[in-house]
Amino acid sequence: MTPAPETGPAAAAHDDVLAVRNLDVTVGGRKLVEDVGFTIRAGERVGLIGESGSGKSLTALSVLGLLPEGLRASGSVRLAGVGHDLVGADEARMSRVRGKEIAMVFQEPMTALNPTMRVGRQIAEVLLIHRTRPDRASARAAAVELLAQVGLPDPEAAARAYPHQFSGGQRQRVVLAIALANDPALLVCDEPTTALDVTVQARVLDLIVRGVQDRRSALLFITHDLAVVATACERVMVMYGGRLVESGPVHEVFTHPRHRYTQGLIGASDLTVVDGRGRLATIRGSVPPAGRFPAGCVFRNRCDHATDVCATRPKWIPTGPDSGYACFHPVPGSGAHGTGAPTNQEAGRG
Amino acid sequence: MAEQPTSTPLAPEPRTGPADAISVRDVTRVYQRPRTSLRRPSPPVHALRGVSFGIPQGQRFGIVGESGCGKSTLLRIMAGLDRPTSGGVAIDGRDITGLRERRLKFVRERLQLVFQDPMSSLDPRMRVGDIVAEPLVAQGHGNRRERVAELLEAVGLRADAADRYPHQFSGGQRQRISIARALAPRPKIIVADEPVSALDVSVRAQVLNLIADLVDELSLTLVFVSHDLSVVRHVCDRVAVMHAGQIVETGSTEQVYEDPRHSYTRRLIAAVPTLGKALSGVSAADLNRE
Ligand SMILES: Nc1ncnc2c1ncn2[C@@H]1O[C@H](COP(=O)(O)OP(=O)(O)OP(=O)(O)O)[C@@H](O)[C@H]1O
Ligand SMILES: Nc1ncnc2c1ncn2[C@@H]1O[C@H](COP(=O)(O)OP(=O)(O)O)[C@@H](O)[C@H]1O
Ligand code: SF4
Ligand SMILES: [Mg+2]
Ligand SMILES: [Mg+2]
Repeated sequence: MTPAPETGPAAAAHDDVLAVRNLDVTVGGRKLVEDVGFTIRAGERVGLIGESGSGKSLTALSVLGLLPEGLRASGSVRLAGVGHDLVGADEARMSRVRGKEIAMVFQEPMTALNPTMRVGRQIAEVLLIHRTRPDRASARAAAVELLAQVGLPDPEAAARAYPHQFSGGQRQRVVLAIALANDPALLVCDEPTTALDVTVQARVLDLIVRGVQDRRSALLFITHDLAVVATACERVMVMYGGRLVESGPVHEVFTHPRHRYTQGLIGASDLTVVDGRGRLATIRGSVPPAGRFPAGCVFRNRCDHATDVCATRPKWIPTGPDSGYACFHPVPGSGAHGTGAPTNQEAGRG
Repeated sequence: MAEQPTSTPLAPEPRTGPADAISVRDVTRVYQRPRTSLRRPSPPVHALRGVSFGIPQGQRFGIVGESGCGKSTLLRIMAGLDRPTSGGVAIDGRDITGLRERRLKFVRERLQLVFQDPMSSLDPRMRVGDIVAEPLVAQGHGNRRERVAELLEAVGLRADAADRYPHQFSGGQRQRISIARALAPRPKIIVADEPVSALDVSVRAQVLNLIADLVDELSLTLVFVSHDLSVVRHVCDRVAVMHAGQIVETGSTEQVYEDPRHSYTRRLIAAVPTLGKALSGVSAADLNRE
């Protein structure tokens, strides 16, 4: 086991594609995202999960330099091969990075598409803007090839069609074709399949995973659907109240969660386990609005295991190079790591 | 992972019977789309192509199928909001297909709808109390304030929610509001179109439990539409699998889930990601294989 830094799961390594450190997002005096740190290695597929309002999208938007007006990011976001920090970079610099080193797919495909431009031309544009193709003719040919790769039946005809002529799932595939056009080092997907039905979701997920594997691109995949992350990713980070509360390999986190919030999410996701009255497990209460999370552990007002010590902020307890959690009374460990409740109790200042 | 059956398989039953809460007989619906080309008319859309089934009182009946297969079209016809091109629908044995709007009052009292997207189905300019009372006003009930408070509490909201507006609530709370509105006229049948598809997993569990509690307490008949067979399996006793405007398979949810007969049903089940499957090595490519 490699020693991990004090501040969080942000161990630096040579093949890191993305390194986020001490990321805060604030509006007015309010913190929406607090002290988030993580790294993603080349070709690694990492999920970011948590309920709606946990700060997942703001984390992604900070990485992309796309925070809405009025929101401020501080801390550091570094991308391999880019000589400057992405936090604080001006739009001119960011637009050279976006669509090239880093690309994105959002839940609603129309936000990324121009309704009045044929889709083949839209794909060709990103190739030409970033000068990855020498001329229009070769960019057009590459666009048709990309549409074929995302499985659109008649790619030649698809290239000549407008976005409204496609179904929701097909539009998302067009967006994916645009995102993958320049073989980005990192693809960021924020709820890319949430609006799709299960059969279309299966196809789009398959295309995303194959798309990044073929290019050795890294993937940051955001969703509230644990099963989707478990299917598509190797590692998962759990976010709540604007903080990372747990992180680790998918298999480990989903079979032996340590943080009580992760445990609650897994319980609520499972439709096959019910109580004596046939009811599903739930997490009580709901996600508070930003700024209204309790001090100390942000999950304290919904947690069945909370004690007085939870009114202080739990430290990050590393359990491996990229894994750890921040909880005073974690789910007892499986024995694989040997760090259990006593360590946390000692770490607590209460 | 522990697998527990969430419903008991029912004995086979006649497709339609006199005691049925809802019976659907050979319903078709053809949409004529407006012309988009001068040279030829747009081809008609056969949204429903001969659908028949019966739902006994008190059953929890699921309808599952992919986007565009005709689920919402069927629900609208069952609720008397649209008419079939041919075929018929009866609620409590009374045919509703020939009725005019005014005569559909009894359908509104017996059957209420809950939709997927609570934001677009709740009028943002109305206070929650007025939204919930809407079906009562339409039917001229008295003593509405008290009934609204009772309904809000029944769905787990505080009575003072009545004075606020929909945008002041989270997605899950808004779905509770639409459920309260649906329950207002004391219907015996609730028809829910993808009621949890837009919700987070944790909120989904809360809303599914609420629906189950209400169905039990009020002895409701439930029609529950989803594209996700794993959700229907948890909620419903019986399920009809729809594909391209037709029902390709029906049965108890356990039987259909455990032993699907139709290849389309198998594909639908294969496409559902679950934690259990993923942790035993099922990949995205596997979900996408038929
Ligand atoms: N008003 C309409 N005019 C023309 N075609 C329509 C109309 N409403 C629905 N359709 C078509 O009828 C078919 C069935 O649509 P329906 O809305 O019932 O599907 P659904 O199963 O509810 O899908 P989803 O899961 O996306 O809600 C589709 O091909 C749809 O495009
Ligand atoms: N533009 C904004 N101004 C103020 N608050 C915002 C803004 N965008 C998001 N928030 C708040 O920040 C918190 C995290 O939001 P978000 O990152 O969108 O969550 P998630 O993606 O996990 O659902 C929420 O409480 C949300 O209401
Ligand atoms: S730190 Fe305390 S309140 Fe927070 S999750 Fe752990 S036990 Fe619950
Ligand atoms: Mg989001
Ligand atoms: Mg529908």
